[in-house]
Amino acid sequence: MTTVNRNGEVWIFAEQEAGKLSDVPLELMSRGRRLADELKVPLAAVLPGSGVKALGSKLVSHGADKVYIIDNEKLGVYQATGYSKTICDLVREHKPQIVLFGATPIGRDLAPHVASALKCGLTADCTDLEIGDHTPPGSTDVHKNLLLQIRPAFGGNIIATIVNYDRWPQMATVREGVMPMSEPNASRKGEIIDCRSTLNGLELPLKVIDSQRRPKKVNLKASRIIVAGGAGIGSKENFRLLWDLANCLGAAVGGSRAAVDLGYVDHDHQVGQTGTTVRPALYIAVGISGAVQHRAGMAESAKIIAINTDKDAPMMSIAHYGIVGDFRQVLPKMIKVIRSGAGVKA
Amino acid sequence: MAYHCIVCAKQVPDTKRITGQAMKEDGTVNRAALPAIFNPEDLNALELALAIRDQFGGTVTLMTMGLPAASEILREGLYRGVDKAMLITDRRAAASDTLATSYILSCAIKMLPHDIVLCGRQAIDGDTAQVGPQLAEKLGVAQITYVEQLVDLSGKTITARRHVGNGFEVVEGKLPVLLTVMDTANVARPPAARKIMKYKKARTPAEVSGAVAKEMGEGAAPEAVAAEAKKRCAALAARGLLIDQYDLDGIKADLTWCGRSGSPTKVHRIQSVVLTGSEHKAIAPTEDGIRELVAELIEDHTIG
Repeated sequence: MTTVNRNGEVWIFAEQEAGKLSDVPLELMSRGRRLADELKVPLAAVLPGSGVKALGSKLVSHGADKVYIIDNEKLGVYQATGYSKTICDLVREHKPQIVLFGATPIGRDLAPHVASALKCGLTADCTDLEIGDHTPPGSTDVHKNLLLQIRPAFGGNIIATIVNYDRWPQMATVREGVMPMSEPNASRKGEIIDCRSTLNGLELPLKVIDSQRRPKKVNLKASRIIVAGGAGIGSKENFRLLWDLANCLGAAVGGSRAAVDLGYVDHDHQVGQTGTTVRPALYIAVGISGAVQHRAGMAESAKIIAINTDKDAPMMSIAHYGIVGDFRQVLPKMIKVIRSGAGVKA
Repeated sequence: MAYHCIVCAKQVPDTKRITGQAMKEDGTVNRAALPAIFNPEDLNALELALAIRDQFGGTVTLMTMGLPAASEILREGLYRGVDKAMLITDRRAAASDTLATSYILSCAIKMLPHDIVLCGRQAIDGDTAQVGPQLAEKLGVAQITYVEQLVDLSGKTITARRHVGNGFEVVEGKLPVLLTVMDTANVARPPAARKIMKYKKARTPAEVSGAVAKEMGEGAAPEAVAAEAKKRCAALAARGLLIDQYDLDGIKADLTWCGRSGSPTKVHRIQSVVLTGSEHKAIAPTEDGIRELVAELIEDHTIG
């Protein structure tokens, strides 16, 4: 695939497992809608799977103008070979200009395989997507209305914007949780298209012989308030204070990678580049210095309180409120104030 | 049966240990000041390959594409016991993105017998995790990504456990396969003292040329430099200390798919992440201070 198709649609890979849609395609739908509107082209979801036809209307309600459904029993359990061939064949037929995947274990396994087969570009783990123009260095050619693929790189120390102007489609994987999911609208209309599967005669190279999933112990993405601790907490016992504060606020407990690695809190609670990306109404960072990898996962919080003995901790610089002090004294006071309702002005 | 394993590794700047010295005055990272290391998860891939060879027999080849300086990680591989190391270096490969990189690696791998190709899950400088799956596609072999455990290997059948976020999957496939290996899969063995003694003088031709050019100075005739480098390479080769090196012609790569022309992704803009000392409201760590804060949060409906 090397042609630039300015009328091409914007596509989103509708990742599902066992007939249940993942969050990330729905998160992508709202941004995809904006990109498609700006380019004045339709937004389509691509839904490979087995017995997945019922999911089409949900994708429409979240903003898809079209849903391409490829229903085949060989697509029942994900593996790269079958999914990649299905998507590549569909791309060759319809020539979309943009194809987006969630940066999930499946998306990160699938998208590079697709990009390699199509010999097109792919940007991993984007945190933002926009439409914009690009002029290559040393050239006067302006490539208009490209997908600007924005991602942290170099351990989060730089933000790179990547474009892809000569070999399309423009493809990217997008981090989970960075784009807010829009409310579904059941009255939206869209076209559901049953596509012919091209997998007849294809032998899949892998066999999944066991699969175990456990629900996450905590749903950080859905939490309005998060109380998170870092290496500064010092021990699992001390982390108890964070749980106490979280309980009285109805909040979830999060942790930095350091806190998880030190065993203070389970990996399910990890916030940051290698954990969950969150954007709660309130993020209380306790004893977290604020490494870039952690900030990448929480900097979009509406309100941030930093509690740290170090007034120069990087977390202080992105916080809205800073409390310089020992959390062992500060948290009990907070709990007391909240429990007593004393913060409420008469 | 014995297996031929090929491990693809990358030399990366140590982004995980950014200290004050690596920060420039404007708050951005001075990349040149970061030490260059063997990409951590590539060491896990190497360990898995060595463990397979130790148990079943066969060979381990360590391959890297990069500047001559990347020869250092090949030596680290020799210290840990690889049978063969291979540097792919070529100016025309500069600015390769993941697609071009996977193409170049695939050309080199196709020259060698390969039952199992192993990559680390991802490199710490780009964190893309793309080269592994792209390489599998180019080689036309099945990919098993996020491997956290090799469950079984018998005859032509491999069984591996993959980490899939909130759980795991055990998959079975026929060789040849490509695995991408997680840091949780194993603990990489340390370099062996005996092998350090043996291989510390091992060099790639590019390193030899570089050293000779430096010794003879800028005024030296290129022919003289080349002749001396050739002599030294022959001496190293005689002692089994010359590391294999290939350029793009040597691996029969089509230049269209290498370097800049083979890379569809282009950098539009790079912004350094700078911590700006934004204004935050300082709250006293006292009960009064906290009461005031809580009141403010209730008032703006953040809590309560």
